Amino acid sequence: MELKKEENYLTKKQAGGLAKFIFTWEFILLLIFFGIQVINTSLSPNYLSQGSLSTALMNFLDKSFMIFPMAMILLLGEIDISVGSTVALSAVSLGMTFEATGSMPLAIVVCLLVATSCGVINGILINLFPELPTMIITLSTLTFYRGIAYILLENQSISGFPLWYQQLGWGSIGPVPLMLIIFLLVAGIFTCILYKSSFGREIYAMGNNRKASYFSGIKTKKNLLLVYSVMGLMAGVTALFLSSRMSSVRADVATGYELEVIAMCVLGGISTSGGKGKMLGPIIAAFIIGFLRYGLGIINLRAQTITMILGVLLIVSVLITRVDLTRVKEKMIGRGETK
Amino acid sequence: MEINKERMSNQVLLNKLKDQLPNTRELGLVVFILIATVFIQSQNAKFLTLENLMDLVKNTSILVILAVGMMLVLLTGGIDLSVGAVVALSGMSAAVFVRDFPKIPMIMSVFIGLLVGAVSGVLLGFFVSKGRILPIIASLGMMNVYRGVTYMVGDNAWVSAFQMTDSFKKLATGSILGINHLIWIAAIVVAVFYYFLNFTRAGRRIYAIGSNAEAAPVTGIDKDKTLLLVYGLNGLLAGLAGVLWVSKFASAQGDTATGYEMNVIAACVLGGVSVSGGVGKISGLLTGALLFGILNNGLPLLNVSTFWEDAIQGLVILIAIVLNVLMKRNADRKVLQGRKL
Repeated sequence: MELKKEENYLTKKQAGGLAKFIFTWEFILLLIFFGIQVINTSLSPNYLSQGSLSTALMNFLDKSFMIFPMAMILLLGEIDISVGSTVALSAVSLGMTFEATGSMPLAIVVCLLVATSCGVINGILINLFPELPTMIITLSTLTFYRGIAYILLENQSISGFPLWYQQLGWGSIGPVPLMLIIFLLVAGIFTCILYKSSFGREIYAMGNNRKASYFSGIKTKKNLLLVYSVMGLMAGVTALFLSSRMSSVRADVATGYELEVIAMCVLGGISTSGGKGKMLGPIIAAFIIGFLRYGLGIINLRAQTITMILGVLLIVSVLITRVDLTRVKEKMIGRGETK
Repeated sequence: MEINKERMSNQVLLNKLKDQLPNTRELGLVVFILIATVFIQSQNAKFLTLENLMDLVKNTSILVILAVGMMLVLLTGGIDLSVGAVVALSGMSAAVFVRDFPKIPMIMSVFIGLLVGAVSGVLLGFFVSKGRILPIIASLGMMNVYRGVTYMVGDNAWVSAFQMTDSFKKLATGSILGINHLIWIAAIVVAVFYYFLNFTRAGRRIYAIGSNAEAAPVTGIDKDKTLLLVYGLNGLLAGLAGVLWVSKFASAQGDTATGYEMNVIAACVLGGVSVSGGVGKISGLLTGALLFGILNNGLPLLNVSTFWEDAIQGLVILIAIVLNVLMKRNADRKVLQGRKL
């Protein structure tokens, strides 16, 4: 009897969880995602083949690695617009190390090190000068990192990476692209960190009220530095996949990536004022933007028109959440009046 | 007694002098500019000639016009990443108009550019005020939209110099009293907005909203209206800058001024405009833009490779804002010490 009651309660709870999920932004995103898949399939009969699906995936997954730390930074109420330049600088350092030594593993290590130190520099500057908005600090490092990339490589390009390195971007295990597997792995790790570790909860706390979390014993400066270093590291990972996919390196790669990554996070329901949002949202949003872009490419739209549609999508998606909020608010005010 | 009085009056005089000095932020920047000027002049004597200085100011004037608009937005605590795209869009519209209707007086194309700019600004303002979207997100989205519309208006092609009328090209290259039109226009814009910000109600309301977004509406300020006005004016100025840009370079392209919004924001921030709102003056903005102009003009004179320019620019921005912060901390500490005594 007791047991049955408990079971009943559990199913009810689960059903409640499902009902709750239906009204979340993540569910709407999932619907949009499947809608796009249906439209894409009807547009081209070849769309659902393994080849075209993995091409679509490879086109956007490399920059999607940056959504995880970017989501954390936005959760903190900060921003980092220097990531595109960090990708370029670390990709250039990868190419130059490879050219100088001929050793790819060493080049990969250097690439990740350079990217992480870019992030660390950002973090140190932000901690040293809390008066300055992170937007401004990363704006100056955006110009600076890109500038160093130009100094190093000027307008040259480096290519001729070994075959096994190109497998990183193009290879697949069975029918599944290697990049997707690594992406899902990284996604799992970051979701665990954000939800299951004290560090993740501290990020939410800091995003809601920095001062209060400082006084409750959270090492705010250390966390900030850590998040920005991870941002740098993931920018380095993006640089690895990008250079592997394009099998060449230039100083002007990844221009405007920062805005795309921020757009993915915002579409995924992360509030730029901090403290609000889930990790699942940006992940779905990355897939939405990627597949939408691919589908619009199928019907031969110009690249500029595609970015335009993405801009509209971004604004509309934020507007939808706003409308909902106001409605809820009005209801609550109305209730107050009748009482 | 006499000596004491004298000392007192000396103290008063000193305080008065101190008040008259520009505040520490601007002073730091002025010192920075002086050092840069002396350095560049010592390397290349061509720098401090009248001709070169005119060139410097002329090339900075479009930046100044855009920075004035951006300052209005920053004062309210917002930000506008779409100005580069608005410059491209309005410039392209004006150029297409000139190409298709060369018979209609040139001034109409200027109006078209201004109108396009103002409409795009108001649209963004609508999203920010009524839609309550964060300015950085709204302008990020609109940046993509305006850039896409630019390619549509231009039908994916350039409008080149030979398709424009001479009178249109004269707009930015002609001169009155030996001074380039661009400088005149920038000076008028600066004067008008100096008056607007300091001596009109609407101007003071902008500061009020930026200083305290919650208290301002309570005192009877219509926040939405003011925001619409600010973004509209910013769009109008971006439209003006777009027309001048196309006229100056005699070509309208889809990718005109890509990423230029970062330069504009940097010029504002260098000039002491706070990104969190409420703080900023036209005089500071002028010094910030001047530093940018000196860098752009001086680096080629120093025979610096173009590949080095980005890095040097980024480093100078970083050093300048860090110096500003350090000087401000110093000033604050002194104020605190003064209170203790």
